[in-house]
Amino acid sequence: MQEVTEKKEFTPTIVAFCCNWCSYAGADLAGSSRLTYPANVKIIRVPCSCRVNPMFVLKAFQQGADGVILCGCHPGDCHYVTGNYYTRRRMALLYSFLNYMGIEKERTRLEWVSAAEGARFSAVMNDFVKQVAELGENKRLTDLRVKEGE
Amino acid sequence: MLKIAKERLNELYAKINESMGLFIPVKKAGEVNYAVWSEGKEVSLETLKTVKSPKNMFFPQTENMMKFKQEGKNIEVVDVRRDYVEEGKLFVLFGVKACDYKAIEVLDKVFLAEPIDTYYQNRRNATTIVTLACSRPEESCFCRVFDIDATAPQGDVTTWLDNEYLYWQANTEKGEALTALVKDLLEEGGEKEVEAQKEATKVIIDKLPFSNLDLSKFQPENLNELFEAKEWEEMSEACLGCGTCTFVCPTCQCFDIRDFKTHEGVIRYRCWDSCMYSDFTLMAHGNSRTTQMQRFRQRFMHKLVYYPSQNDGLYSCVGCGRCVNKCPQNLNIVKVIKTLGGKDND
Amino acid sequence: MKDVELKMLERAKALLQSGEVARVIGWKKGEFCYDPAPASFESVEEMENGFVYNWFCGANLSKYLIQMAKKEGKTAVFLKPCDTYSFNQLVKEHRINRENVYVIAVECLAKLDVEKMKAKGVSFITDVEVVDKDVKVTTAYGVETLYKPDVVLSKCAVCTKTHQVKDEEIILHERPEREVNRFEEVEKLEAMTEDERFAFWREQLSKCIRCNACRNVCPACSCVKCVFDNPASGIAAKANDDKFEEQLFHIIRAFHVSGRCTDCGECSRVCPQNIPLHLLNRKFIKDIDTLYGEYQAGEESEGKTPLTTYTEGDTEPNDVFNGEAK
Repeated sequence: MQEVTEKKEFTPTIVAFCCNWCSYAGADLAGSSRLTYPANVKIIRVPCSCRVNPMFVLKAFQQGADGVILCGCHPGDCHYVTGNYYTRRRMALLYSFLNYMGIEKERTRLEWVSAAEGARFSAVMNDFVKQVAELGENKRLTDLRVKEGE
Repeated sequence: MLKIAKERLNELYAKINESMGLFIPVKKAGEVNYAVWSEGKEVSLETLKTVKSPKNMFFPQTENMMKFKQEGKNIEVVDVRRDYVEEGKLFVLFGVKACDYKAIEVLDKVFLAEPIDTYYQNRRNATTIVTLACSRPEESCFCRVFDIDATAPQGDVTTWLDNEYLYWQANTEKGEALTALVKDLLEEGGEKEVEAQKEATKVIIDKLPFSNLDLSKFQPENLNELFEAKEWEEMSEACLGCGTCTFVCPTCQCFDIRDFKTHEGVIRYRCWDSCMYSDFTLMAHGNSRTTQMQRFRQRFMHKLVYYPSQNDGLYSCVGCGRCVNKCPQNLNIVKVIKTLGGKDND
Repeated sequence: MKDVELKMLERAKALLQSGEVARVIGWKKGEFCYDPAPASFESVEEMENGFVYNWFCGANLSKYLIQMAKKEGKTAVFLKPCDTYSFNQLVKEHRINRENVYVIAVECLAKLDVEKMKAKGVSFITDVEVVDKDVKVTTAYGVETLYKPDVVLSKCAVCTKTHQVKDEEIILHERPEREVNRFEEVEKLEAMTEDERFAFWREQLSKCIRCNACRNVCPACSCVKCVFDNPASGIAAKANDDKFEEQLFHIIRAFHVSGRCTDCGECSRVCPQNIPLHLLNRKFIKDIDTLYGEYQAGEESEGKTPLTTYTEGDTEPNDVFNGEAK
């Protein structure tokens, strides 16, 4: 019983990579529409979802993220025409591979969020935070030395 | 001479482990390396060569040196060193082969000379070393070249293993203390068996292909000639520049120091370095050795010329043959010795 | 194998003598029968003194051509079937100038792994002879016969590769056709639970000593400066810390070579701790095959790789777990 309570209290650290043209604007819209998403989602703005090197995702986990989500324009809507198509292949392979290494698949996600989808942005983030919170702390991909002393 | 039946060895380990930490060759995922013993682990004393040498126990591949904690404008330096002897926390390093034991002597000359490396010293002082004689040396072994007797290694306690018993002989005060700790498990006897094993092993050692390598050319006065030898180019041609040889070597002792950021300040740690790497001794102006040939040459010159010239002729190779077995492209110190060592190598 | 070696020697000598090539890359005799080292030969005498081709010439010579093909004159190289894929891939990435290389395709009936042989209990090996599936090992203690499939290099166990590039070939014995599933081990891992997989990789990767041999031998790892050699990257290439660093290194490396890895298996061959590193790369290959259609890197020397192209209907990353794609 006690364990269950502890899990509920756990606030995960979430890193969200958001493309400048759609998803970041979507986050903006969510804000100006007074829609909420958890404060533990740390947004990193990138020029295009395609900018996200798989190493960024790993580095985020290494430095203590419990979940990583990538947001970009819907396929076909990329500001740079094709960037997100490459992202899609890259992340499909990376996520599948991380799971192959034994990393819980619920810790990684990719969502397409347009600038007009403030509500969707908020919903996606709330859902992802909930999903990761249920999993608990990320221990499999964190460099435990980072948390040394805590 | 004392002995203990092979099937009772687990009791021996458990007894030692009651009061001391025990490091012993353990099989994990198919490979045998020194590791902390605990009930249920698969001990493999029969393994002639662990992948990594036991140097890891005194000089770990990665080790924290100190921590820095910042508060306002103050930085507190936290000493993470532990004096194990003072704490009463002692260790036993079990099953060290003659070559690896000699390698510890080589390391001692580096780490225990002034200025003393206290991280190394703390572990070294707290450890009782139990050596194990070899009975089945293989073709890559050449310890005899360095005057090492694989059949009777030194150490605090020397042991011999045959199909039935482990024979036990204490050599030092530390060794006597360990013997006293486990004396209930040991019985008298074994002189004859040990002598027989020694003789049999010596016959094999005589037959080993590298037992008669000629090192006569590796003298300080030949330094320049050896350094300039044109053969280095050819010998190093296939070298990948990986660190396998240095990391499996029982005597390689170079390390790098770096800082690591944590949520609670910075940790300064050190880790093994390899002279085979392109970033070895990298300085602001760039790198002092820019080609793989130079790096390759550095490694062998250090083992066979530089180190002995500073340590009364003691070579920093012990003939364990790990690099012979493990080099991905089959380059190794034997080829260097044969090419440059002296005329008796042909 | 001796007949093949003689034929190779004869051809190489002829090429050197005629001046057609300035050097030949092959294997040089070691101290034993099982430790030949890659080497370049520039004269007939060198060839006669040291050249060897036997059951232990597992090393892939293509990566050496990055440097060798830059030298004056043409370079001849002996390539086994699997090596030609790496060669092609390097040509595709403009790392090797094809015109400077003369490729002699040589037969390979699978190479032996001396560590596996020693693990079977043979030591002090003096000679090895192979007849069909019998490996006759002569040692100082006597003669023993091993079953060949038990002692071949892991990369050879599932190989069905054929030469993709050649200027001439030396093939005296045809390799029998066979059916193998090279993804069998990957599938086994996929069938495990996340926890089991994590435990498996944790145990394997905790053996890693960060020697970087896998990276340095890998023909796909041809970067002039590796990200792990960059002191500013914040990742120490050599700090062995089983809490995380190995995992990061191996994941990144596997990703960097995905779509370019030809499955030559050198990573697993060279690993001093025998970590099954090829299972990392093979997962990517399997995923690429299932998600984007079958693709074998190194089959051709131009064109795009699966990660440098796309289709509009590609699988969504969140769906790769749902079995929809597979």
